[in-house]
Amino acid sequence: MSKLSVSVTKQDHLQGALNAACSLVEYGDYECPSCGEVQPVIKKLQAHFGDQMSFVFRNFPLQEVHPWAEAAAEVAELAGSQGKFWEMHDLLFANQEDLSESTIQALVRQLGLSEAKMLQASSNGTLKSRVESDFAGGIRSGVNGTPTFFLNGDRYDGSTDFESMVSLMEQVLISNGD
Amino acid sequence: MPILTAGTTAPEFSLHVTPDQKLSLSELRGKPVVLAFYPADWSPVCGDELSVFNEILPELSKYGAELVAISVDGSWCHDAFAKHKHLHFPLLSDFEPKGATARAYGAYREADGVCERALFVLDKNGAITWSYCSPVAVSPGADGILNALEALPK
Repeated sequence: MSKLSVSVTKQDHLQGALNAACSLVEYGDYECPSCGEVQPVIKKLQAHFGDQMSFVFRNFPLQEVHPWAEAAAEVAELAGSQGKFWEMHDLLFANQEDLSESTIQALVRQLGLSEAKMLQASSNGTLKSRVESDFAGGIRSGVNGTPTFFLNGDRYDGSTDFESMVSLMEQVLISNGD
Repeated sequence: MPILTAGTTAPEFSLHVTPDQKLSLSELRGKPVVLAFYPADWSPVCGDELSVFNEILPELSKYGAELVAISVDGSWCHDAFAKHKHLHFPLLSDFEPKGATARAYGAYREADGVCERALFVLDKNGAITWSYCSPVAVSPGADGILNALEALPK
């Protein structure tokens, strides 16, 4: 079974505690419809498990099929560098069907992000290299499409509906308790 | 028959890569080769699998490796699928006699009439150094391929 090769750290975009009993890591693409569909499932899982779980999002833009995926990933990282990663993350998924240069610029303005910093970060390549390093780590971990989830480090190949994920995460929590 | 394993010489094939062109395995001799058998163009899992492989082509080229994917779909079907997915590697048609190449690698699902989801890494002399057969509903990802390429003698 494929395993997460890059451990979760404080450098990740992390919701919940680093040492939560159940760690869910998603490799996702903002233009991928399946990633958009799974968003509400994640939120439901977080509401269900509370501080028993943590959630990490890492970038895995499939650029050949999704022309705006890379730009979206970079702008989420830009927002992250200004403390607004999750706000941008949610907005990008909410707007995933009409991603474009003007949509992305509108989101940057909506969150009040510094456009000067955006230009600076895109010219020196810091955002791009962060996205690339997420992607490379994903490949090494056996990411096999989007979204790919890792549950406590093991790739989860099951169905991504709420019931399937809850029951597997409950099993993980029970076996942790043994 | 299980899929061929490391140490076996990869069986030669010559398959259509476009409607009027064929590609033989022996033409790739001298480079490491990744063979990816997959069940079908257009199926959701295959689309994901090949899209991921498509994105690692720069990584594969660091090893000088060639990737070719093989299914029983015809070359016109491959052509449309490759365009749709913007694939930058060849899709070969194991179409006539159907599945003959997949059978030679032990990667044919007789009951379904399609290829297994099987990966092979070949060294530059055409010997299999690593192989993996994934459950048909699970896309394998590319970690095994990269590890196998890294393990090849430099």
